[in-house]
Formats: sequence, C-alpha cells, structure tokens
Amino acid sequence: MHELSIAEEIISIVRRYLTTENNSNVKTIRIKIGKLSNILPESLLFCFNASVEGTELEGAKLEMKYIPVTISCAECGENSNSEDYIFACPVCGSSKIKVLSGDELQIQEIEINN
Amino acid sequence: MSIITIERKILEKNDLIAEENRKKFKEKNIFTLNLVSSPGSGKTSLIEKSLEIINKEIKISVIEGDVQTGLDAERVGKYGVPVVQIVTNGACHLEAALVRDAFRAIEALDTQLLIIENVGNLVCPAGYDLGENMKVVILSVAEGDDKPLKYPAMFRKASVLVINKIDLLPYVNCSPEALAENALSINPELKIFKTSCTSTEGIKEWCRWIASNIN
Repeated sequence: MHELSIAEEIISIVRRYLTTENNSNVKTIRIKIGKLSNILPESLLFCFNASVEGTELEGAKLEMKYIPVTISCAECGENSNSEDYIFACPVCGSSKIKVLSGDELQIQEIEINN
Repeated sequence: MSIITIERKILEKNDLIAEENRKKFKEKNIFTLNLVSSPGSGKTSLIEKSLEIINKEIKISVIEGDVQTGLDAERVGKYGVPVVQIVTNGACHLEAALVRDAFRAIEALDTQLLIIENVGNLVCPAGYDLGENMKVVILSVAEGDDKPLKYPAMFRKASVLVINKIDLLPYVNCSPEALAENALSINPELKIFKTSCTSTEGIKEWCRWIASNIN
C-alpha cells in the first residue's frame, strides 16, 4: 500500500512542468505501470484524486497504461510474454531470461488545455 | 491542446538518493544488506543470532525500520552495536532518504557491515532501492512454500533467500524443497540458506557467507 507516496511523487513531478498560467489546465496525466511494479491501479487512482482535491490539479485525469511482462531468452533468443509471472522461456524452458518490460513506473506526458 | 512530454521514472528522486547512499557506502568500504520479509518471519532474530557469531570479527551497524516502536533497536542494541531506529509512522516501507538521514548518526563510526532491517512487508519495500549491495528476503516455513509465486517482485529483486524457522517443519505444511524451487523459478540466481534461530541450524553457514563479503 505505497500508492499514496506514488501519487504524491507523480504530482510533485508534474508540478515542475507547469507554470502559473497553465497549472489549472491539466487535462490528462499519462503514466505507464508495469505488471511487476506492485501497484494497485484502483488504489493509485483513489490516492491521486484525494491528493489533488482542492488544488489546481483537481479534475485532471490520471490515465494508466499497463505494461505486460515480456522476457527474452538468452539461450534460444525468443521473446515472449510472461503473464503468469513464470520467469522461464515458454519456448525452450531455459531460466536464463532477461525481463524486457513489466518493471515500468513512469510518467509519460501531460496533456494541457490551452 | 498541447502535450508536454515528461518520460521520467516516478521514483527517480528515491533512486537518485539511493545511488548517493550506495556511493557513500562504497567509499567507506561498507557492505550493506537490506533485510526484507513479511512481519514475523524472523528478521530481528536472524540479526541477533548473526551478531552472536560475527560481532567480534566484523564491525557491524544496524538501521531498524518499523511502523511503530523502538523495540527492535532495543533488542539489537543489547549486543553493543550501534543501532538507529527509524519509525515510519504508518509508511509501509523504508525510503532511501530515511536511510541517508539515519546513517548520519553512525557515519563517524567504523562500520564494515551495515544491516538495514526494512519494515515487515513482502510487497512495498521491493520497489524502493535504499543503496544496499543486496536485498535479502527472509521467509519462514510457517508462511508456506507458495509465497515466492504470490509475491514475485520481492523474490526477483533479492539476491539471497533465507528460509527461516526450519525447526518448525514437522508442524507446518511446507516443503522447503518446493519453496526453493518456486523461488528459483522467479529468480534462478538466488542464493539460498536454511536457518533456525531457535536451534541455530544454518546460522553459521549464513554468517560465513556474510563474512566472505567483507573486505
């Protein structure tokens, strides 16, 4: 349950990109959440909305894009999805794999109404 | 309508401070372990048993993280090592800045091994780098052999797994072999120890490994 600190970090980063002229015009904040990042989207949304209430960011929409876990096999070279968190290559069974995506916890962009 | 591209890690501030911590520990030649587990798996007991064995040969400092109370610092302090207690007042994990501030209190002392005992929680501490050399995940057999599969992030981030309370094996439905196999399916690089802080089985092997990491 560290979604509140994550929400606060998002708000603090976004504020650095705003000016007094446009800070109340933020329409959407787009973030990427990897499936391995241990973030509960509903909880993050709740914490975000509670944190922006009464501030210039109230009403801004938090748009979350989920990133699946993909792995790359060092032995057979195949890339695959790892939906069940099984960290072995589904093609050849090797456990010598590298996680390509799924760890993300990133702010992508903000959309502003001019 | 306009778009401002940001493309920044949400936890970049924590990662930055963690890197500063790591640099400082390296400069001072301190080997740092971040102990993570669910509450009650035996982190503090493992520290106590380790201190009984290696306190004489290695200069150890401890940072204790808890949601409330200084009970753990009191327990560990009895072994005569420098201890700093962080009380997070509700926060479910330690952050790099808390460790940086706590370390200031013991910075002047000569430390070879810094043990950071994280808040008992198998989820949140996985996302927060503290600047440690390694995360050590501790799992007691009473918690069940399926836990690595249920909490994969923590087992993937850890370098070491300590399977603790093995003296309870006759009384609990847990196969240490299945537990190890599950953990290795998430992270094949995990180094695994089996310990009991009651019978002290496996503690020497664990301590020998710690000592082998001290320059």
